[in-house]
Amino acid sequence: MKGYAKNVLMVILMGVLLLAISFVPTAYALSDVYKNNIYNTGILKPKDSVLKVKVGKPAPDFTLKSVSGDAVSLKEYRGKKNVVISFVPAAWTPVCSDQWPGYNIIKDMFDQYDAILLGITVDNIPTLFSWTKQMGDLWFPVLSDFWPHGGVAKKYGVLRSDGTSERAVFVIDKKGIIRYIDVHDINKRPQLEDLIKELEKLK
Amino acid sequence: MKKIRVFCLIVIIIVWTCAYSLSLAGSPPAVGGALPDIKLSMPKDLADKNYLGLGIFGFGSFTIPEIKANVVIIEIFSMYCPYCQREAPNVNQLYEKIEQNAALKGKIKIIGIGVGNTSYEVGTFKKKYSVLFPLFADADYVIHKMIGEVRTPYFIGVKLNPDGSHQIIYSKLGELEGVDQFLATIMRLSGL
Repeated sequence: MKGYAKNVLMVILMGVLLLAISFVPTAYALSDVYKNNIYNTGILKPKDSVLKVKVGKPAPDFTLKSVSGDAVSLKEYRGKKNVVISFVPAAWTPVCSDQWPGYNIIKDMFDQYDAILLGITVDNIPTLFSWTKQMGDLWFPVLSDFWPHGGVAKKYGVLRSDGTSERAVFVIDKKGIIRYIDVHDINKRPQLEDLIKELEKLK
Repeated sequence: MKKIRVFCLIVIIIVWTCAYSLSLAGSPPAVGGALPDIKLSMPKDLADKNYLGLGIFGFGSFTIPEIKANVVIIEIFSMYCPYCQREAPNVNQLYEKIEQNAALKGKIKIIGIGVGNTSYEVGTFKKKYSVLFPLFADADYVIHKMIGEVRTPYFIGVKLNPDGSHQIIYSKLGELEGVDQFLATIMRLSGL
């Protein structure tokens, strides 16, 4: 009887706890542009992968298809541009929908640091097409790491156990060396100033 | 039994924290009502201080009804919101129309609050769109919670009365329905 009472108490308390957590607001993807089309993922485990690359080491090369139809390879930029790779977990989710539109208005800042931005998710091209269309005309390539599923994310060690990627930023210099890695809490948007500070260091 | 007590204590603390955060949460600003107690940091920029009539020696924080005006238009925006980006030139145009009209200049003032934006991000938006009116950062969504976590862009018009009281006269989600029409609506609702 004692064990039974304990179990009942545990269940009641867990219920109360879950009810309380469900009220915690997630204030992302607020733009009216998305209307009610954003899927609320709730609060996720902040990080769920193990990095396979290091600052100071060469960035693994990859070739991925972009939403515009072209294939983009990392090595194309070797000797020409610094590269910022922005992995976001998935299309049509709260924080991700709020990240690239910000980068979209600061092309001049990327130009200032002679950098290109590559946006990557594990979604397929049609999904990325519909989703990024809501953001306006993006000046940077959006790449699909859909098949083999999350292949590039896996190579970099940012593929999560549920098949999405981390919210991660990599800064790669013109020599192809990784200069900065931010595997961010998936539930939060990285602050712009942190990225800009890293780009400043490349000058 | 000791384990249960510890667990109960943890649950109570978590529930209390959630309840406290809920108690800070507000509902969207209702026309006819008053603004929640929003505190904004005193602008560092002298031009912004002058525009808001807060005195050049002001420091710390201030509340919106302290602004020297008959009407304050508040734009809730985010640097990361595509509609807010698209709307920025229109809001600039609204500002210019007010400033160029001798009957309205000084009476209607505009401020923007960047929800979930740091000061750096708000500054980036201001620079990108050459925004001439003051913008404030709400990096931790504190203000955003007070106003019912509205979507963006969201416009609030507040009438400031000579006796120090104020009323919300306009509260609407989405882009302006046209700069002239919006200005006419604000003038009609405020009696200017």
